Amino acid sequence: MGRATATLTAVVPRAARPRPLLLRPGAKIVLFVVCLLPFAWLLRGAVLSTLGENVLGANPAEALIRATGDWTLRFLCITLAVTPLRRLTGTPALARFRRVLGLFTFFYGCVHLLCYSWLDMGLVLDDILRDIAKRPFILVGTSALLLMSPLAATSFNRAIKALGPARWQALHRAIYAVAPLGVLHFFWMRSAKSNYAEVAVYAAIVALLLGWRVVDAARAARIRARRAA
Amino acid sequence: MHFLRDHDFDHAHAGEITPRATYERRRELLKLLGSGVAGAALAGWAGRAAHAQTPRPGKLAALPGARSAISGAATMEKPTAYADATGYNNYYEFGTDKGDPAQNAHTLKTRPWTVAIEGEVKKPKVYDIDELLKLAPMEERIYRLRCVEGWSMVIPWVGYSLAELIRRVEPTGNAKYVEFVTLADPKTMPFVGSRVLDWPYVEGLRLDEAMHPLTLLAFGMYGELLPNQNGAPVRAVVPWKYGFKSGKSIVKIRFTDKQPTTSWVKSAAQEYGFYSNVNPEVDHPRWSQATERRIGEDGIFAKKRPTLMFNGYGPQVASLYAGMDLKKNF
Repeated sequence: MGRATATLTAVVPRAARPRPLLLRPGAKIVLFVVCLLPFAWLLRGAVLSTLGENVLGANPAEALIRATGDWTLRFLCITLAVTPLRRLTGTPALARFRRVLGLFTFFYGCVHLLCYSWLDMGLVLDDILRDIAKRPFILVGTSALLLMSPLAATSFNRAIKALGPARWQALHRAIYAVAPLGVLHFFWMRSAKSNYAEVAVYAAIVALLLGWRVVDAARAARIRARRAA
Repeated sequence: MHFLRDHDFDHAHAGEITPRATYERRRELLKLLGSGVAGAALAGWAGRAAHAQTPRPGKLAALPGARSAISGAATMEKPTAYADATGYNNYYEFGTDKGDPAQNAHTLKTRPWTVAIEGEVKKPKVYDIDELLKLAPMEERIYRLRCVEGWSMVIPWVGYSLAELIRRVEPTGNAKYVEFVTLADPKTMPFVGSRVLDWPYVEGLRLDEAMHPLTLLAFGMYGELLPNQNGAPVRAVVPWKYGFKSGKSIVKIRFTDKQPTTSWVKSAAQEYGFYSNVNPEVDHPRWSQATERRIGEDGIFAKKRPTLMFNGYGPQVASLYAGMDLKKNF
């Protein structure tokens, strides 16, 4: 079977060869649209609720703040899953999607912050600062978002070139700090009602994804050591 | 902008305002007069004055209440939509999410039901719910409800002053406080046993607070029996205190000489005081209490509205706390 495919690729001219789905330019567009769907859904809810139709429940402001936070965490997990999935399934094409997913994590984080500061705090900076002083979990969330902003700002190809791949990669490892901060933010928010079921799910996913990297790095180090010896 | 202070103006009671639908149907009513149907139609129309006018949602058995004569008993603010008042609740025995009670409380069995009156009273007694329902005439009380979490509603309750019951059981001279014990049935309440709070949920009032005419023993809302998620079959409503002070599904009322240890004080005394009067100047340690979001009224982009001292019931209840430091006794 493997040999048959190999022969076929050799014979069929390059242009006519069907490209794997994941490598088609359309794949990124599809992903982009899919990533926007939750936002579109929430925007629809916000618009309908200002028109008096309550699709977001009794407290639409709270629903929007919570949903945007949930989606930030979800995208964070999905982004962190790209590399392990790529390696475990042997699908290098997945790497193409990591940047889009990372940027959407940042995007939902920004919308989350905007929802909080607008719908909850009426965009009054004094109130926001006083609120942060009272509720440290908001400080943790804000820090996670701030920590993500240089990553978003250096996500384009020329930034990688300008920084050099090694430094760029070191910078982008900040995401490993962002993930636990995001979970801590969620945990703290839920601590008022000791309602940790969902928090535990996110914590487990983040632990798994970061844990895989630790194990993987240890294995790589062992192999390097063996080669050097 | 109000250019004229209107404190001398006697505001229309919400129930006095003709509903738009009725107003728009006035010609129809005139036509009906000419026909034989008029008698029946007018009987209902004339009978409206006997009951307050919150439209019935038609979900549960009717429980009409007469207009209350008590000062502060009927805010003219617009009642919260029934769907919001019954779909956005804190009732931890059925789950900590606001939507949980509406989803889970159908298991609550509200009949048979008794309420035991115990402690420092001359006439302790176990009341059957039917007896309580007939104890005093039902009144409609349209109260603001301010949750400690920073949101508020306007609920047309049906019930009578708790004082009606208290007078009948004759508290002794030792009775200084009233403790409300609510149902904790692990069979029907999925979250009894969770570690969020100590069960049963216990609340309490000072005797004079409990005797205040605004303190309501409620059996219904929106002209019907209480839905389970709102504390059926009988609950307290203390409109000048944060919502959690008003125990739901009460099974025992105990009169004591010592201040009861309420569930929230037990769980976090530095955050929830025994009094828990609505007070915009005393913040919760973790958030501000200066403003609130009125459910269903304030649009998502609207600024939150300022919270009123004693939830706006200062003229009626401030004297209960004369000379007290409300920052210390929060």
